[in-house]
Amino acid sequence: MSDQFVLETRGLVKEFKGFVAVDDVNLKVQSGHIHALIGPNGAGKTTVFNLLTKFLIPTRGKILFMGDDITSMKSAAIARKGVVRSFQISAVFPHMTALENIRVALQRFEGHSFHFWKSGNSLNALNERSMALLDQVGLTEFANTTTVELAYGRKRALELATTLAMEPKLLLLDEPTQGMGAEDVDRVVELVRKAAQGRTVLMVEHNLGVVSKLCDRITVLSQGSVLTEGDYEKVSNDPKVREVYMGKSSNSPSASAPENQEASE
Amino acid sequence: MSESAQHADIQKTMLAQQKSEHRKKQILNLVLLALLLVAPAVLYPVFLMKILCFALFAVAFNLLLGYTGLLSFGHAAFLASGAYTTGYLLSNYSGLTTEMGILAGTAVATLLGLGFAVVAIRRQGIYFAMITLALAQLMFFFFVQSEFTGGEDGLHGVPRGYLFGFIDLSDNMNMYYFVLAVFLASYLLVQRVVSSPFGQVLKAIKQNEPRAISLGYNVNQYKLLAFVMSSGLAGLAGSLKTVVFQLASLNDAHWHLSGEVILMTLIGGTGTLLGPVVGATFVVNLEYQLSQGPLGDWVDAILGAIFVLTVIAFRSGIIGEVQKFMRKNLS
Ligand SMILES: Nc1ncnc2c1ncn2[C@@H]1O[C@H](COP(=O)(O)OP(=O)(O)OP(=O)(O)O)[C@@H](O)[C@H]1O
Ligand SMILES: [Mg+2]
Repeated sequence: MSDQFVLETRGLVKEFKGFVAVDDVNLKVQSGHIHALIGPNGAGKTTVFNLLTKFLIPTRGKILFMGDDITSMKSAAIARKGVVRSFQISAVFPHMTALENIRVALQRFEGHSFHFWKSGNSLNALNERSMALLDQVGLTEFANTTTVELAYGRKRALELATTLAMEPKLLLLDEPTQGMGAEDVDRVVELVRKAAQGRTVLMVEHNLGVVSKLCDRITVLSQGSVLTEGDYEKVSNDPKVREVYMGKSSNSPSASAPENQEASE
Repeated sequence: MSESAQHADIQKTMLAQQKSEHRKKQILNLVLLALLLVAPAVLYPVFLMKILCFALFAVAFNLLLGYTGLLSFGHAAFLASGAYTTGYLLSNYSGLTTEMGILAGTAVATLLGLGFAVVAIRRQGIYFAMITLALAQLMFFFFVQSEFTGGEDGLHGVPRGYLFGFIDLSDNMNMYYFVLAVFLASYLLVQRVVSSPFGQVLKAIKQNEPRAISLGYNVNQYKLLAFVMSSGLAGLAGSLKTVVFQLASLNDAHWHLSGEVILMTLIGGTGTLLGPVVGATFVVNLEYQLSQGPLGDWVDAILGAIFVLTVIAFRSGIIGEVQKFMRKNLS
């Protein structure tokens, strides 16, 4: 049954001038799951996200969203269908306030975004809903702060709130905890858990602690192809996974995590 | 504090901010209006009209650069297509009233803008600039070759005619207040556009285009509409200029002018509506002063130097620097 899967890729390939960054990836993301996509640096995780959202055009292969072939759709159309992504490098509108960031996302549903003659005051109708979304991510008091002035962790939280404003069916998160201190990481874990209620999440994450806490299923990518897939237990005990991470610089936190796991058992 | 009370507080702050911004904008508009109303008592109206035409040109250009983040290097094509169309029609069809000639010029520039946009809008950054430049050069070639433009000679002695058929525009004062009315209407239009829901999307595109796409916006459609508006207003500036000076020439289509409008906008400051107006005033004045003095042959070099200085040291332009200064000294 394909409709149990929100997202499915079939034989997805991306070549950059002969270099194969994504190699025959068959991904199946089950409805309601938080699904992790992990792998060492350069494995092709971000490229997969770019393919799913058509920021890059696949060389070969198919992408299905809720059973529909979306391979030939454009980025904006995919977003409107409910597949909304965040970016590895936090993506906000820096010279708008936090509240305006959310408003510009909500605005699209109003159907007046081409109305160049309309007063900007009409957007105030969206303030209340924007505030509610800021509450969800703990940014209430920063509503009127210009986004450039927010700390990094808060920018990421704002990005998540903006993404949630889109009412996505499938949320694609590219390393939501990257570059954060332990405290912020815990907050994001809670945020993602809350955000995942009633939707499906596919997330790239280097922090295996986060993965173990959040994710129902894990796909490991290495050099563009799927190395293994399963729950945390299975994946963390897979010697192939261990090898891939060991081969990489051992000072990255993700590199040591699977080892610790094994050592403790 | 309860959550809803906090919400109410925050929103109140926000609305108060909006209100004070709005007040500031209105005061500035009124000051501008007052200055421009009395200006011809002090300064030569034809000179003022030149400033207003270029200011309108720069305001139109800034809708793209300042508010959408698109750098067009071909805006002279729109100014010229407006200028030539109006010049040709008013010279050859005496039945036309002046405003009809101007409307026709604006319409032609708008359509040309649509054509440019369809070709260029998918390109990013420098490629976009290069394509607009290339298309504008094509138009220049077309204007050189065409009969209706008068080729190398241009169009001379375009009659100013009668506005609405009864206001004699050969009177410089009448002409001035007509140009002023058109300028102000366009200025207010752009002011409205950039604060509208549409303008909000433009800002989003400028600040982070991939993010705007991932929010589901078809960014190319928004850019296209902004481009078409900008080219239409640039054409309007050209049409007005033709009526004021009663001539249209290849100078209007030259890439020099496309560069000059970038210069005006950057010098004045891209972030604001007033910036391009101030920049145009500055550049037109400077050119005039220099052309009167011994440095007449150095105009381009001096403008170039100012350009470099602006880009290196005063990125936010005159208005930007003034704002910084006021913020520092008033808070
Ligand atoms: N636009 C591109 N052109 C050429 N090569 C690219 C492009 N984008 C990515 N690559 C290459 O594809 C490979 C996969 O990159 P990708 O960004 O998907 O890795 P990643 O798994 O997200 O890594 P990280 O954990 O560092 O974010 C890398 O070798 C990268 O250099
Ligand atoms: Mg990546």
